[in-house]
Amino acid sequence: MSQLSTFHVGSYLFGVEVALVQEVVRMNASTPVPLSPPEVAGLINLRGEVLTAIDVRARLGLPPSTSEKPQVNVVVRVDDEPVSLLVDEIGGVVEVSQIPFETTPSTVDAQVGSLLLGAYTMPEKLLLALDARALLAINESQTSAA
Amino acid sequence: MEAIDEIVAEFLVESHENLDQLDTDLLALEQDPTSRDLLGSIFRTIHTIKGTSGFLAFNKLEKLTHVGENLLSRMRDGLIQLNEERASALLAMVDAVRGLLSNIEATGAEGEVDHTELVTRLGALLEDGAAAPAPLIPAQAGSPDEPAAEAPSTEEVVEAAAQAAAEQAIEAAHELAEAAKGHPEEIPTGAQVVTAEVSITNVPEAKPEPAAAEAPAAKPAPAPPADPGEGGEQKRSVVESSVRVDIGLLDTLMSMVGELVLSRNALVSELDEQNDSALARSAQRLSLITSELQEQVMKTRMQPVDTVWSKLPRVVRDLSRQLGRNVKLEMEGRDTELDRSVLEAIKDPMTHLVRNAIDHGIEPPDVRTAKGKNPEGTLTLRAYHEAGLVHLEIIDDGAGIDHTIVGAKAVERGLVTQAGLEKMTPREITQSIFLPGFSTAAKVTNVSGRGVGMDVVKTRIEAIGGSVDVVSNKGAGSTFRLSIPLTLAIIPALTIGCYGHRYAVPQVSVLELVRLSGEHARGGIEHISGAPVYRLRGALLPLVQLDEQLGLVPFGTSSGGGKNGDGRGGFIVVLQAEQHRFGLVVDDVLDTQEIVVKPLGRHLKSLPMYQGATIHGDGSVVLILDATAIARQSDVLSNPAGAASSAVTEETTSIDPVLVVELSGGRRTAIPLDMVTRLEEIPTDTIERVGGREVVQYRGHIMPLVRLANLLGAYGEEVDAERLQLVVYTRGERSVGFAVERIMDIATERAGSRSDIDDHALLGSIVVGDRVVELLDVQAAVLAADPAFYQDSAGATTMQQLGDMYEEAR
Repeated sequence: MSQLSTFHVGSYLFGVEVALVQEVVRMNASTPVPLSPPEVAGLINLRGEVLTAIDVRARLGLPPSTSEKPQVNVVVRVDDEPVSLLVDEIGGVVEVSQIPFETTPSTVDAQVGSLLLGAYTMPEKLLLALDARALLAINESQTSAA
Repeated sequence: MEAIDEIVAEFLVESHENLDQLDTDLLALEQDPTSRDLLGSIFRTIHTIKGTSGFLAFNKLEKLTHVGENLLSRMRDGLIQLNEERASALLAMVDAVRGLLSNIEATGAEGEVDHTELVTRLGALLEDGAAAPAPLIPAQAGSPDEPAAEAPSTEEVVEAAAQAAAEQAIEAAHELAEAAKGHPEEIPTGAQVVTAEVSITNVPEAKPEPAAAEAPAAKPAPAPPADPGEGGEQKRSVVESSVRVDIGLLDTLMSMVGELVLSRNALVSELDEQNDSALARSAQRLSLITSELQEQVMKTRMQPVDTVWSKLPRVVRDLSRQLGRNVKLEMEGRDTELDRSVLEAIKDPMTHLVRNAIDHGIEPPDVRTAKGKNPEGTLTLRAYHEAGLVHLEIIDDGAGIDHTIVGAKAVERGLVTQAGLEKMTPREITQSIFLPGFSTAAKVTNVSGRGVGMDVVKTRIEAIGGSVDVVSNKGAGSTFRLSIPLTLAIIPALTIGCYGHRYAVPQVSVLELVRLSGEHARGGIEHISGAPVYRLRGALLPLVQLDEQLGLVPFGTSSGGGKNGDGRGGFIVVLQAEQHRFGLVVDDVLDTQEIVVKPLGRHLKSLPMYQGATIHGDGSVVLILDATAIARQSDVLSNPAGAASSAVTEETTSIDPVLVVELSGGRRTAIPLDMVTRLEEIPTDTIERVGGREVVQYRGHIMPLVRLANLLGAYGEEVDAERLQLVVYTRGERSVGFAVERIMDIATERAGSRSDIDDHALLGSIVVGDRVVELLDVQAAVLAADPAFYQDSAGATTMQQLGDMYEEAR
């Protein structure tokens, strides 16, 4: 893992392995799914394919975005199933092989920490490497909201 | 290396097809042991497999087929007869060959299975009591233990290959000749001849280079088709005007057509907002072509139900021997076509139901004789299309299902309570064999208890949007009926609106729509012990508020118990789930359209309420609701009103066929088929009048006529047709003719779909296809035409007698 695609959620800068990212799309229309886990933002139509959009904010236990700017869909393909991650803003691709890597710092919120592989200490900011599989492993027993 | 693999693959595909045919042929041969055509066909198949396997150095396969071939060749020459023992041995050989082929398919090698015993068994069967002259093919099988099963020399193989090719060529020629004979006006076209050639050249393709040298000799054979007088022998008669296509390609094609349908929908909905007539015309044309394309592509995936059924005679034969039953298998509608994905899904349930019918249904011959039945039981498989569904019936004339035993068992297993049982109708009790954890088999035989229980049958069939039903007559047998949609990929669905969102409901589960409007609106919704119900034509319809079920509003606020909800309009979508009806209250009904079902991702798989999602014309994603899951989740089927609705269905304990007729104004009425004696068409001018009644002379009697449209008060213009369609009901000497506008169809009343209507001469309404149709009260209608109809010469009948007669007539 030497290159990470980065994106912003709240005050955090996250990165996922470049190879997992299929594409980035801006999409306004998403269909909410009643009774679904709160992390599921809805369903989007990606060129005829129905994708589940995961609200990364909700997944991390952050409050809903208050920004005027529409959120961005980062489509990742994990275990051969494409899923869209709803994030605040897209960053760029960061070459991380030369950046010091450490385990998740204890200052990071526990719920966020459990979804991380570790952190890269970039000069200006901490780049948190997300564990995409853990992020998408939403407890399916907590589906009933009714 | 690649080439070899290709040859092997080709060989496998071809052999598998041949083996299926072989099974069928062998069973047919058992019925008609002297048929030379069948013997010839079987012999050729084995011969081809033998030849090719020898070349490909599959020695076990070759050795096995070789003995089989010897046996067959002697039968073909009339030296020995097919008996049960030989048939079993040959079937065992087919199985062994199949096993070897799957090993080859999986591993590329034949595997370690030892067939020496079978080879010996086959060899032993060669030596019939009759002094046999030297067999046609040198009996290698006489010494089957000989370790070095020498592979035949190359010449032999090439010869075999050439022979096979020649045989195929001749066969193709015969087929063409037959085709030409069948349609003398159609001189075989180039295409046909080319196809014939393809099927020939296919054979050498699987062979090595040397074979090619021999094969051309076979090629000129297709020439004879020019001579249509030459009738071929009756063999596999399907003209090979087909191309083998990879399933994956068809699936891709299908999904692309799905996309095209969606794009079409998008285009059409966008055009609706514009005013460009030229563009609209092109769009309409595109729309038509798309629909047609969709239909045709869907057809390419259709296969006759026989592809699944053809395996069943073997199952029946083996099982009935194993269990000591005597079973005759009858199949009706073998060519009924289904989407291959559907076929795939019904394979196991179908097999299970057949096994079940033999294991639990049909009694042993002595028991049957004691009961005064034919010792040979009959198992009938029937397939037919009706109302956009395919119905598959498995009918046995066995012991039937005793609902008291079933009920006791269900209570014992804790599946229903004793109190619950007492409220159930016999029919409902019988249905509990589909509950998980139910098995009436006294002991687990290796027939039952194979992991596919009745509940699995039900789950599998429901998973593809179908339904399972059972009707049983104790002592007389059972009928299991699977009703399955034609295809899974594109389904018609109703779009509804609820709380600002759109949802799709598959049309199959929609019975009717009721509008809630005016001052009552949702105030028309009543509550029985807290559960919302609606009075629909005198019957209580349990209701489910969709917005509450989806958690969009808190429970109990939607219809508000007389508060804020009252003024809201809306619709009740009457849905069918399992055997019950219930109403889904929604805000809006938008439209119906063909939708393409897309699966949901894994995060949403656990939500039973959704069958999947679809993409609408505007590109938005719409969830597809699952009626049965909604019913289950909301508990609507078990609440008091649910019981009320089941009381409505109680009277329909059997599946009755009805004749659907159209009256003026497009109104439709159903007449129970057993109350229909004949259908007639009479010229209008033969109608005479006798004291205010219309009559005709019919078969030497005066038959009163009743115009159903007048009787039922149908509105619309009466058409002054020159001829009149009559439905005649005859009882004894008397007949009555019901005049109708048009005879539509014979349909089967969907079980449990009858509801009451308090109307003159109507029994209620039923659903036929996707329309609600009134059910005619024939008795009342007859009396309207001829008040004396049910009176015998002795004088007036009592009401009791009348009732009896009515029952009898039914």
